[in-house]
Amino acid sequence: MPSLKDLKGRIASVKSTQKITKAKQMVAAAKLRRAQEAAEAAKPYSMRLAGVIANLTAASTGGQGPKLLTGTGKSDTHLLIIMTAERGLCGGFNANTVKKAREEIMRLKGEGKTVKIITVGKKGREQLMRTHGDLMVSHIDTSSARNSDDLAEIALQLGKDLNAGFEAGEFDVASLIYAQFKNVISQVPTAKQLVPAEPPEDVPTVDLKGATYIYEPSEDDILETLLPRYLNTLILSALLESAAGEQAASMTAMDNATNNAGELIDKLSLQYNRARQAQITKELIEIISGAEAL
Amino acid sequence: MSEKLNFSLVSPARELFSGEVDHVIAPGSEGEFGVLPNHAPFMSTLRSGRVRIIDGDEVHRYFVHGGFADVTPEGLTILAEEAIRLEDLDHDGILDAIAEAERVRDGASDQAIRFKAEGDVQRLKAQLDALEDAHH
Repeated sequence: MPSLKDLKGRIASVKSTQKITKAKQMVAAAKLRRAQEAAEAAKPYSMRLAGVIANLTAASTGGQGPKLLTGTGKSDTHLLIIMTAERGLCGGFNANTVKKAREEIMRLKGEGKTVKIITVGKKGREQLMRTHGDLMVSHIDTSSARNSDDLAEIALQLGKDLNAGFEAGEFDVASLIYAQFKNVISQVPTAKQLVPAEPPEDVPTVDLKGATYIYEPSEDDILETLLPRYLNTLILSALLESAAGEQAASMTAMDNATNNAGELIDKLSLQYNRARQAQITKELIEIISGAEAL
Repeated sequence: MSEKLNFSLVSPARELFSGEVDHVIAPGSEGEFGVLPNHAPFMSTLRSGRVRIIDGDEVHRYFVHGGFADVTPEGLTILAEEAIRLEDLDHDGILDAIAEAERVRDGASDQAIRFKAEGDVQRLKAQLDALEDAHH
């Protein structure tokens, strides 16, 4: 039976924990709103670009397209770009993405492919280091990214590296593994193939009313310049979704923690009150029996 | 001329301009072109430079870099890797940035850094040109 003093101490400590989780939840909620706005703001660009790419790939002469679209003709070496958060305290967010990544790695290895990994975000790197450290070729630190412009910069750099690596024949297929932001309570770990680029599906096509496009320069030249940009956009939107997902997961996790702390406080308070009552009763009995003995 | 052109200018981070205008002049990679309402479907890459949006008496000017224009019967969309309102560009600031980028470029031993700095110099010079053009 813990003493009254112990109970008091424990209640105080759980209360201060609750204050912290509550604050963290509110911070995550504010950040989530900003991250969601950033993800929303980036949508028009990626939608339009996806539409244009879909049009162009449909119009482009088969087989002659740029390599980024057609691939190397092999699929021996797979590059996985795994996006996680820089920080913990966000429930199963990182663990789920890492789990998905592990499954992909196992699947590819089972098929006898060579796997290379680029990690984005510290948490994924830490978790994959133990089991797949030998596969890692590079790591990207996003801890200094404060807003969507910083993320755009990172996406640009990653896209460039990807392009250079592909040109140099370092890999045949590249995929992204990230947590797709469905909504605030659901982030789904998703694998998305980047190279060879898959023409986007279900984008609204524009009715040209019988006219044909005039291309300047040629279709293939345009496709050549646009594809790397399309990759950047895919990477950027994954980064933005991942950032929003992290905050959403963090908010949910901290909300749960705050609730749990509340329950714990209730339980401890009950125990404290009972113990106090018991002590008062005991003291009264002592006084009464003392008086009776006289 | 009652008909209007539906125009939007978007960068990866946000939509900068969206609305109905009379006329847009964009710096195509194979020459400057103007787009009026009911233009034929047209697709072109853009060089770094100035986009002019003309709506009645109003003229909006933007600097775009790494851009691309798509004209459909629904209107004109310009997608640009970078787009800034010309008024937001600061002439002296750009001169300083050019000097800084050139210093980095000439002092860099790493190929990648030199390339990046060179790219910055080119982009900033294009900004400067666009800005100086605007005064004429």
